[in-house]
Amino acid sequence: MAKIIGGITTSHIPAIGGAIAQGLQEDAYWKPFFDGFPPVHEWLDKMQPDVAVVIYNDHGLNFFLDKLPTFAIGAAAEYQNEDEGWGLKPLAPFAGDTDLSWHLIESLVADEFDITMCQEMLVDHGFTVPMSLLWGHKDKIPVKTIPLAINTVQHPMPSPARCYKLGQALGKALRSYDRDTKVVVIGTGGLSHQLDGERAGFINKKFDLMCMEKIVSDPEALTRYSILDIVREAGAQGAELIMWLTMRGALSDKVSQLHSNYHIPISNTGAGLLLLEDAA
Amino acid sequence: MAAAAKEVQSIPGTTIFDGEQSLKGYALNKMCYSFNEATAREEFLKDEDAYCEKFGLNAQQREAIRARNVLQLIEAGGNIYYLAKFAGIFGLNVQDIGAQQTGMSLEDFNAMLVAAGE
Repeated sequence: MAKIIGGITTSHIPAIGGAIAQGLQEDAYWKPFFDGFPPVHEWLDKMQPDVAVVIYNDHGLNFFLDKLPTFAIGAAAEYQNEDEGWGLKPLAPFAGDTDLSWHLIESLVADEFDITMCQEMLVDHGFTVPMSLLWGHKDKIPVKTIPLAINTVQHPMPSPARCYKLGQALGKALRSYDRDTKVVVIGTGGLSHQLDGERAGFINKKFDLMCMEKIVSDPEALTRYSILDIVREAGAQGAELIMWLTMRGALSDKVSQLHSNYHIPISNTGAGLLLLEDAA
Repeated sequence: MAAAAKEVQSIPGTTIFDGEQSLKGYALNKMCYSFNEATAREEFLKDEDAYCEKFGLNAQQREAIRARNVLQLIEAGGNIYYLAKFAGIFGLNVQDIGAQQTGMSLEDFNAMLVAAGE
């Protein structure tokens, strides 16, 4: 049977991709951020996951306002990025796992999560930056991937409580897969940041650190916030916290925190990293 | 009015991109979404008027594009994720547009970000 070996959360700021491309990991601005990753790399090397389910938000590459799903999942043999309007470099395609995708779709819909099914899906920086952070130093990314996109472009966005339940349904679906597959669940985005409006540049360290603690010890406390509560406390794009909550829902009630890092600022953002395992 | 729009008034300096904004900004956002393609960016730069016309921008949206003014673009219904692709045409990143929107110098805006970590 499939096993969820753990969960990772990381910010997915586009500038990180640029820093990786330019080899700026030791640069004074970037070092406190990139120094968070070696323990995660070591854990991944030890655990050798087969599949990564990557929960992220599309920023207007694959989806437009004409047809905007709240929840969407990839069911393709591979996924590609594009330049997103900024001339980003094309990356090697990310391998998919169609058999597991369809298993997840069957299970999620049976559990009343009527997710949009995508046999073609471009993946943007919300997906690719975490993949580069976790495996970009390898010759080849050693996992198959399943992208799961949650709308944070257009309000109304799904509530933190709904996303946590989606994560629980995802966890149940993964554990019921009848192949011996080791899965890591990745929630990307956040933490506090706001790009738009007179409040651009808003970062809330205190709220971020509280979220990083609660998501480990008491995630249900975070499900009591509304999206607008989070926008108020963590900025307009701080709503990406729902990706972290979805990841957390897929893990067990009790988890151990193996590693964490938090640094301000990366671009306009409070950048967070967590590595969690189900408690023994 | 959508429930979200009422509550937004309590979040200063923030426009909630709800159905009302999305309806208002559809043509503008559709144009900015097109900038995912390099050929679209080239076409815009070659003949800005014709490109805006093609997407049916209204006068307010056309003026905001002409002014390269992010607050005006948001006021005209623009969504930041699509607007970021417009800003990218001119090589502007999110600190550049943050400084523009807050009326700060780029140096002061960056200093504010650093101070948030202290």
